[in-house]
Amino acid sequence: MTKQQANWSPYDNNGGSCVAIAGADYCVIAADTRMSTGYNILTREYSKICKLADKCVMASSGFQADVKALQKNLAARHLIYQHQHNKQMSCPAMAQLLSNTLYYKRFFPYYSFNVLGGLDNEGKGCVFTYDAVGSYEKVGYSSQGSGSTLITPFLDNQLKSPSPLLLPVQDAVTPLVEAEAIDLVKTVFASASERDIYTGDKVEIVVVNAAGIRREYMELRKD
Amino acid sequence: MFRNQYDTDVTTWSPAGRLFQVEYAMEAVKQGSAAIGLRSKTHIVLGCVNKANSELSSHQKKIFKVDDHIGVAIAGLTADGRVLSRYMRNECINYSFTYESPLPVGRLVVQLADKAQVCTQRSWKRPYGVGLLVAGLDESGAHLYYNCPSGNYFEYQAFAIGSRSQAAKTYLERKFENFTDASRDDLVKDAIMAIRETLQGETLKSSVCTIAVVGVGEPFHILDQATVQQMIDAFEIVGEQEAPDAAAGQEASAEPEPEPEQGAAAGEGVAPMDI
Repeated sequence: MTKQQANWSPYDNNGGSCVAIAGADYCVIAADTRMSTGYNILTREYSKICKLADKCVMASSGFQADVKALQKNLAARHLIYQHQHNKQMSCPAMAQLLSNTLYYKRFFPYYSFNVLGGLDNEGKGCVFTYDAVGSYEKVGYSSQGSGSTLITPFLDNQLKSPSPLLLPVQDAVTPLVEAEAIDLVKTVFASASERDIYTGDKVEIVVVNAAGIRREYMELRKD
Repeated sequence: MFRNQYDTDVTTWSPAGRLFQVEYAMEAVKQGSAAIGLRSKTHIVLGCVNKANSELSSHQKKIFKVDDHIGVAIAGLTADGRVLSRYMRNECINYSFTYESPLPVGRLVVQLADKAQVCTQRSWKRPYGVGLLVAGLDESGAHLYYNCPSGNYFEYQAFAIGSRSQAAKTYLERKFENFTDASRDDLVKDAIMAIRETLQGETLKSSVCTIAVVGVGEPFHILDQATVQQMIDAFEIVGEQEAPDAAAGQEASAEPEPEPEQGAAAGEGVAPMDI
């Protein structure tokens, strides 16, 4: 008697890649706009990026139905916070909230691989990277999703800071200026689209800085 | 209203068919400081008089944002008002989450009224001692409702509750026919004038009142003190000119008011707790 296997899964993977890079006074968050299932494309124009607060943006790849539910959950919690505190949530506060929300469903997880980017209370860029159950870390840059195995080594090569154990302590945020970081992101997605079948169509790039939030798009390979 | 043997419990009827505890709860509303509301086709304005316990304390918050399209002004036990505002905020958030659209105001006031009614029919509860003026905008237009501790609710074109609200109501009754088509700014001016009526002689300055607006293309927000003071100053000058025409021989005492006010406006009294 072999163990009975499930004939149905509550999850699906809609593919896609996300990247975030933190700078001294900005943060760049980007994700491709392709939503797929299996070997098929569902749509070429789906946004994986969600603005959670004034200075806090999240990009998530994975199962988009879970991603949507997670985003709605966080938006509702943010409204409650605003009613109680009379101000917007800071990025580090939202980071902790996201971690707790994910762990809450530890035994039926949100199939959502997130990167959170924005400005902290002092206006410095910050990026937080997560796994599906809420384990998180503040980093200078991060990538998640189907293209992450192709993107992360390249970002390491361009951005990796020396070990945090060395003295003097070096900042995790990149010394690059905003324009250079955006250029890097475009390069990275163009490369990932070449070899990852789930990444392509368009990349949506969101930049958070003191002036606010702006969005731009770049075309990618459609195949 | 005199003490009698039928007023101990909210669940005890009097022989005349009255629930005295509920009526006493409505008295609590009449004792609170005034709150007024008025609406046009596209905007609703809420205003309230700020009462501070002493010169040293800040005044209580009586106007709450419930959602982008709904706000509430309260009179009576402000603690009860705060709790009900939290309930209303929760309901709006849950509705938005499920239906991805704003909660219609009419639905919210019914839920609120039903919640108040429960407290009039349980022996271990007491009625909420707060009256709420709910201002909201939805697909069917601009609405202003009044929710009582009894569990009743009514829709109004304009209304005032709390102490000395009768003076404001008289003013509103005189002017309400113009409200439907009034501009947003005229509506705010009328709100400030109505509040002035309740002050009955006290100087009107922005530290004494709070004004909030919600309308088409304008999410609910409380106007900041500077803006309110500007509007007060603007029509105080007009008010000076109007007073001689207003009532022949009746309001001689209105004249000396404007001058001390201009000086008082610059030096502020008690600062509000938060905005």
